[in-house]
Amino acid sequence: MPARAAALPRQVLLAAIAVICLEPIVFVLMTSLKSADEYAVNRAGWPARPTLANYVEALAELPTLRWALNSALVTGGSVLISLVLAAPAAYAITFGEFHGRSLLLGANVGLIMVPPVVLVLPVFVVMVNLGLINNLLSLVILYSCLLVPFSVFFLCNFFRTIPAELAEAGAIDGAGPVQLLWRVVLPLSRPAMLTLAVVNAIWAWNELLIALVFIQNESRRTLMAGLSLLQGRYSTNQPLVLAVASLSMLPVALFYLFSQRSFVRGLTAGIGK
Amino acid sequence: MSATQVRVRPVVGPRVSGRTAGRRRAWWPYLFVLPAVAALGFGFVLPLLTVLRNSLYAGSVYQLEWVGLGNFSALFADDTFRTALANNLRLLLTVPLMTALALLVAVVLNDGIRGWRVYRTVTFLPYILPAVGIGVSFSVFLQLNGGLNGSLRAVGLDALARDWLGSPHWAIWSVAGVVVWQQLGFGVVLFLAALLSLPGEVTEAARVDGARWWTLQTRIHLPQIRGTIEFFVVTEAITVLSWVFAYVYVLTAGGPAHSSTVLEFYIWENGFAHGNVGLASAAAVVVLALAAILIAVYLRVRVRAANERAA
Repeated sequence: MPARAAALPRQVLLAAIAVICLEPIVFVLMTSLKSADEYAVNRAGWPARPTLANYVEALAELPTLRWALNSALVTGGSVLISLVLAAPAAYAITFGEFHGRSLLLGANVGLIMVPPVVLVLPVFVVMVNLGLINNLLSLVILYSCLLVPFSVFFLCNFFRTIPAELAEAGAIDGAGPVQLLWRVVLPLSRPAMLTLAVVNAIWAWNELLIALVFIQNESRRTLMAGLSLLQGRYSTNQPLVLAVASLSMLPVALFYLFSQRSFVRGLTAGIGK
Repeated sequence: MSATQVRVRPVVGPRVSGRTAGRRRAWWPYLFVLPAVAALGFGFVLPLLTVLRNSLYAGSVYQLEWVGLGNFSALFADDTFRTALANNLRLLLTVPLMTALALLVAVVLNDGIRGWRVYRTVTFLPYILPAVGIGVSFSVFLQLNGGLNGSLRAVGLDALARDWLGSPHWAIWSVAGVVVWQQLGFGVVLFLAALLSLPGEVTEAARVDGARWWTLQTRIHLPQIRGTIEFFVVTEAITVLSWVFAYVYVLTAGGPAHSSTVLEFYIWENGFAHGNVGLASAAAVVVLALAAILIAVYLRVRVRAANERAA
């Protein structure tokens, strides 16, 4: 590798960046281990008497677990449905021939970055008319739709790397497109599908705006919506709020540390989302 | 590590011409894309058309009244809207900052510095964490008596301590800081992946020719990842213009006194809190127009960046 001169300034720069990245996270964890009384007098220091009381209260007395379960249901449902919607479309775009094929691919790429805020008002009215407000299904439906463009784009990029001979061999055996997709292409795409599922799951788990608007019933909120509303209510007990915040970030952080490759790949794949 | 395993090739003609030749006008592709097209129709096309239409009406959802471009003139006469727009433009200033910083870190990591994998893991961590969790955490961290001011005072930098979220002057910049804090890692990982996939021979040749570190980076490395840099810039520009609701909602709720409101927050407030659908839709059309310009750039840049990867 290149000249190692000036290694010290580089290490200093990197160490500074690392501290800046970690300091707020450390602060949150530290604070969540303090009692409200201790936090009142000890804002920034290490906890003198670390306690898990906030976590116990967050899990036992606040609907944190209920919210987490709702989030998990919505995330799982929309990740699954978006895959089911996107996989056949990506297969047809890559291996089929039909009118509007490149238009459809282009539309998917363009729609990836459309901000949800411009869509949420009209869809809200539709959900009211369908009687789905306060129903987690409303989130599953819209999330699934919003995840389609990136999923189609991502899968098209992957399917294109599958050797055509494999598909052709299947076709010669008399397999139709359904069998080819199901028996040849999807089994080959397992790692890509997993990566896509991870990226989509993070998006769904982290989403706030739509979750806030579609669900107004306390016990049906997602974790992010519930957490965002806790703040105002428990302004005198910040450590408790931060315990819930830690719990909301924990699954994603753990998942990341254990399957980093998939994350890094997914989020930079076909260059980014 | 490489992000190139998903190669992007330009789509030129049918992929498997031999196989499809005998089955021109096959019906199955239409059937296969139907569910996805229906989802795009429901999730994107219909709402976009509705929002365009609603921007020309006033009143509640159930009793709309045609006002033509009235909502737009009301919009631009509204101080809060102008503040929101100005704040989104202020947030745009974070993009060059993030890009430069991410490039610097990526270039240094690319030098094969000790522990570069650990640094990559650490800088990427904020990016994957939920914006709400981050926002709630920073809303406490940045309080007048919070962690940041505590740390600043502890190291003798009292002069820098201030009411980060409570001051109308600083609130939007604090939001900007949190956005940079979270998005930086994305740039680092993206740039590092591009740098690591560069052919080693060019670098070697330049070094043999006596190129110094700075020359090597600015003349050899960065030009080769130009497409990736452009991609990041456009993506982040779209992000700070139209994907920052969660930060603002939990950090400042647009306050104090609307000083840190942004377009998304304005739309949410008018559409859902005040029930002013026409005004909210008009603001949504403005966001959409801004996003559309950037998305057009994004489409071009993405193709170029993809070709860079495939090459």
